[in-house]
Amino acid sequence: MSPFSGALAPAAGEISANVAHGTFTQMWLLIALPLAGAAILLLLGRRTNTWGHWVGVLMSAGSFAIAVSIFLAMRQESGGNRAFTQHLFQWISVGSFQVPFDLRIDQLSMVFVLLITGVGTLIHIYSVGYMSHDHERRRFFGYLNLFVAAMLLLVLADNYLLLYVGWEGVGLASYLLIGFWFYKETAAVAAKKAFVVNRVGDVGLSIAVMLMFVTFGSVTFEGVLGSAPKASQTSLTLIGLALLLAACGKSAQFPLQSWLLDAMEGPTPVSALIHAATMVTAGVYLIARSNAIFNAAPTAQTAVIVIGAITLIMGAIIGCAKDDIKKALAGSTMSQIGYMVLAAGLGPIGYVFAIFHLLTHGFFKATMFLGAGSVMHGMNDQVNMRRFGALRTVMVLTTITFFAGYLAILGIPPFAGFYSKDKIIESAFAHSTLVGLVTLVGAAITAFYMTRLVAMTFLGRARWPDDAHPHESPAMMMVPVSILAVLSAVSGFLLIHDNWIVNWLEPVVGFEEPVLGFNVNILQYGTLALVLVSAALGYVLYARRPVPEVAPVGSFLTQAARADLYGDEVNEAVFMRPGQYLTRLLVWFDNRVVDGAVNGTAALIGGLSGRARRTQNGFARSYALTMLGGAALVIAALVLVRL
Amino acid sequence: MSSLLAAASFDVPTIEYGQLSPMLIIFGVAVLSLLVEAFAPRGSRRPIQLVLVFAGLAAAFAAVVMIRGTQHIAAMGSVAVDGPALFMQGAILVLAFIAALVMAERQVDPLGDAFAPRASALPGSTDEIAFTRLGWLQTEVWPLFLFSVGGMLLFPASADLLTMFVALEVVSLPLYIMAGLARRRRLLSQEAALKYFVLGAFSSAFFLYGTALFYGYAGSVDLSAISDALTANAGSMWLVITATGLVSVGLLFKIGAVPFHQWTPDVYQGSPTPVTGFMAACTKIAAFGALLRIMYVALGGIRWDWRPMMYVIAALTMIVGTLFALTQTDMKRMLAYSSIAQAGFMLVGVIATNQAGLSGTMVYLVAYGIATIGAFAIVTLVRDSTGEASHLSQWAGLGRKAPIVASAFALFLLAFAGIPLTSGFTGKFAVFTAGIAGGATPVVIIGLVASAVAAFFYVRVIVLMFFNEPTSDDGVSVVVPSGFTTLAITISVALTLVIGLVPQLILDLANQAGLFIR
Repeated sequence: MSPFSGALAPAAGEISANVAHGTFTQMWLLIALPLAGAAILLLLGRRTNTWGHWVGVLMSAGSFAIAVSIFLAMRQESGGNRAFTQHLFQWISVGSFQVPFDLRIDQLSMVFVLLITGVGTLIHIYSVGYMSHDHERRRFFGYLNLFVAAMLLLVLADNYLLLYVGWEGVGLASYLLIGFWFYKETAAVAAKKAFVVNRVGDVGLSIAVMLMFVTFGSVTFEGVLGSAPKASQTSLTLIGLALLLAACGKSAQFPLQSWLLDAMEGPTPVSALIHAATMVTAGVYLIARSNAIFNAAPTAQTAVIVIGAITLIMGAIIGCAKDDIKKALAGSTMSQIGYMVLAAGLGPIGYVFAIFHLLTHGFFKATMFLGAGSVMHGMNDQVNMRRFGALRTVMVLTTITFFAGYLAILGIPPFAGFYSKDKIIESAFAHSTLVGLVTLVGAAITAFYMTRLVAMTFLGRARWPDDAHPHESPAMMMVPVSILAVLSAVSGFLLIHDNWIVNWLEPVVGFEEPVLGFNVNILQYGTLALVLVSAALGYVLYARRPVPEVAPVGSFLTQAARADLYGDEVNEAVFMRPGQYLTRLLVWFDNRVVDGAVNGTAALIGGLSGRARRTQNGFARSYALTMLGGAALVIAALVLVRL
Repeated sequence: MSSLLAAASFDVPTIEYGQLSPMLIIFGVAVLSLLVEAFAPRGSRRPIQLVLVFAGLAAAFAAVVMIRGTQHIAAMGSVAVDGPALFMQGAILVLAFIAALVMAERQVDPLGDAFAPRASALPGSTDEIAFTRLGWLQTEVWPLFLFSVGGMLLFPASADLLTMFVALEVVSLPLYIMAGLARRRRLLSQEAALKYFVLGAFSSAFFLYGTALFYGYAGSVDLSAISDALTANAGSMWLVITATGLVSVGLLFKIGAVPFHQWTPDVYQGSPTPVTGFMAACTKIAAFGALLRIMYVALGGIRWDWRPMMYVIAALTMIVGTLFALTQTDMKRMLAYSSIAQAGFMLVGVIATNQAGLSGTMVYLVAYGIATIGAFAIVTLVRDSTGEASHLSQWAGLGRKAPIVASAFALFLLAFAGIPLTSGFTGKFAVFTAGIAGGATPVVIIGLVASAVAAFFYVRVIVLMFFNEPTSDDGVSVVVPSGFTTLAITISVALTLVIGLVPQLILDLANQAGLFIR
């Protein structure tokens, strides 16, 4: 692959922006439409049951149409002139703490807006079919619209506090949708877990916002990122680490990864939209958006790389051992976001490719999740891959589309993942050989577990339960899946053609050419060979040999991977138990010391009160005497002052 | 005066009827109401009285609105029509309207209304039993109510001490009678009336004596003349100081400040509950209006003399009111002590002696008055077979029996406690900031501690209502009132929330009222 043409670009992104005009003034509608949809569906309630889902689809599609028109208008502008802000109103005005309710659309948020509204609309349409038997479908679409609105606010905010609102909004929508079937205890517990774990990350974001206000006296992108180079190294490192904590929570990165696997309790379209394509990538957006901070804080950058690398391998290992098709895909999502986070940690040589991979991953992972949904739809909501097999015979279109996603994630040319993942591996090697090797190993494991997944599901012999009659899903579901499958196949080439994605994003996130110490072709062919070998191994193990219907005990590593690499146990040991000890200590302190003081005071005052009230004896004569004494005292006091 | 006599001529006094119209309307309606009592047939009295009362109050309020912005001393120097006076008149009229709604209730007591079938019958006598059995219902409370309201309008607007004294008596005399009108627990009611009358007369004597001494000092009872005399530093300082003390005693009695407060719990408990609400809210506004006017207009020049005394009174009032309320077991007595403590908080605004203190006190008075009438209105609804169930233990578990009523009561209690988002917070915040600006920080600190302690007995009632099991089969229930009380409680709840959520509305109104005219 040829290196990128063009002059050496500035390393850091630009933050200045123009006031929105013309088409760009419609950017508030992007958020307002789905928000209105959510309001209609959730406030009008059951009255909208019959037609409500179409409102949801329409609002999302309308938002997408506006996004496209803004995108076309943005292409007319010159490269450095594509950022626009829109002032809606003054949100907070307290002394020097001024936060405007400003929206900002630039090249970075533009691609996110297109991804969110585009994939979002497809998944809305898919859900009309997928949820057609659920009598709470209207509520589902209300939440889905709420999610789209919140996610758009997250990427369109022009300051960190407004971003925080969107951040919490998507968290809320995610909680509501994971627990959508709240009558299932597992779903309710999973929703609660996602909510609590995300809180930990959210604390990071709130600390980051506070640190920004202390350091820069502002929370707007321009105020923070514009003056980031002038701030002290320590402050920037602290802010960077706090932002990383936030990203870990939202993007299911180590050590806050445990919620994502349980989040698969939600309906499958939710897993595709929120827990694969969009919301979980918010952490990558946050890091890429804050590039000015990370560029100036190498320690924080290193931490980002380490976190990304650990999660990348962890997710891949977990993906190898899961028999639940959605959980295997969830492990894969963790791993792929690990790639993006790692790339974002590489600095200007990586931001562009992190976003690039984010986009292609959005397409191919959504394809595969919706494909999994289609399989479940045909198999009575069965998710255990050990009871699948040979589905290629009855679900042809699902198999073809799924394979498009499969080849994309493996990185087989010319599918999308080939372009985006190879770029990350290349940048990683440019950074250091160790990081490069981690990404390479990750790619090999990915090929193995994805081959295992498709082999167990679509190939081999049928191991269906007796009551299963697998069939292809209706067109309402398969049309969106097919569109996404096409995108999985071609989006990589289209985006990198003529270096388009690099030129597009460079003004915002900056770009530096990754410089390798050896020929880039060696790396590309070597990666491809490794991936093919690994895939062949998976094929031999899971397609040629019979798959037992009951999982074998497995090795120590398999058992560990099935238990999510003991993520929950670690959480319990590191967070829960110390937390419990702390609360016990506080309760003791509260009971003995605080309550002691309070009760003592209360007893004292109560005792005084009991004695004092005896002076109220009910006799008018003694009341009069008190008044007389009082009058004497009043006059005495006045005289005393005069003396 | 003497020059006028010397000229041996007589000037016709100019009376600004327009500016005095709120008072003239109320007094006129009061006279009509009295005639109705005398001449209208028994059956038609109630509807006529109700129309007179509500129309009169509304018309008077409209008159207040019409003449807003007036700054004039009317009626030959006797009545000051200025921003604060009109603000307080408006407040009194609104609160009297709500209180009248509660008084007009006839559905909660199976025997009729809250008032005695014949006030003159001896408690427990065969006469009384006979009248009760006959089911007689009287409407004599309405002319009394109207005269009292008229006096309340005049009280904070009086520009000389004699007018003020007359107003004080016009306010008080009908209240003494109304306190004795309770249908149930007649003995307690009559005892309350008698105590109130005796002690009230006693305090009036202080006020009158002080007035006489002021005349001796300044040669006039006009507040502005007294102020001028103080500026000129004419006459004996001891005279004016003694006069200040005596006049203050008269007014501090009316607002229920310590150590002139002991009548309050007995009278609040004994009076018919609708009257208690009216008395607690409206009398306090009128008396504070008069106190503020004397202290700011006449005695502003010697504020360094009276402020330390007021510091002590305010601190004592807050502490004693709070302390006594803690161990009360009767709802009405608890609310009475609470109103004593509230008076202490309001005195902080008086001590501030600045514009913020004036407007803050006025806001506090309105906030407190609304919550008070609402709270007493709810007390009338909680009943057992013998009448109102006012013992605290009878309120246990009320939240389960009547969640809406209990929630409304909880809201009023939170307002008393000064919890944010209720009117009480707005009021407390206004007077405490004014107090700090006026240099009364130590008193404000005492006030803060007292309100923290006071929160205990307010919240205790909430806990009692919502988190305790009702005592089984105590026969206590919340009766469903007619539209009158429902409307009164609804208005009180709404205003409490509005003042708490959008405090700027009333703060602006109070600030626009400006200062007293001199």
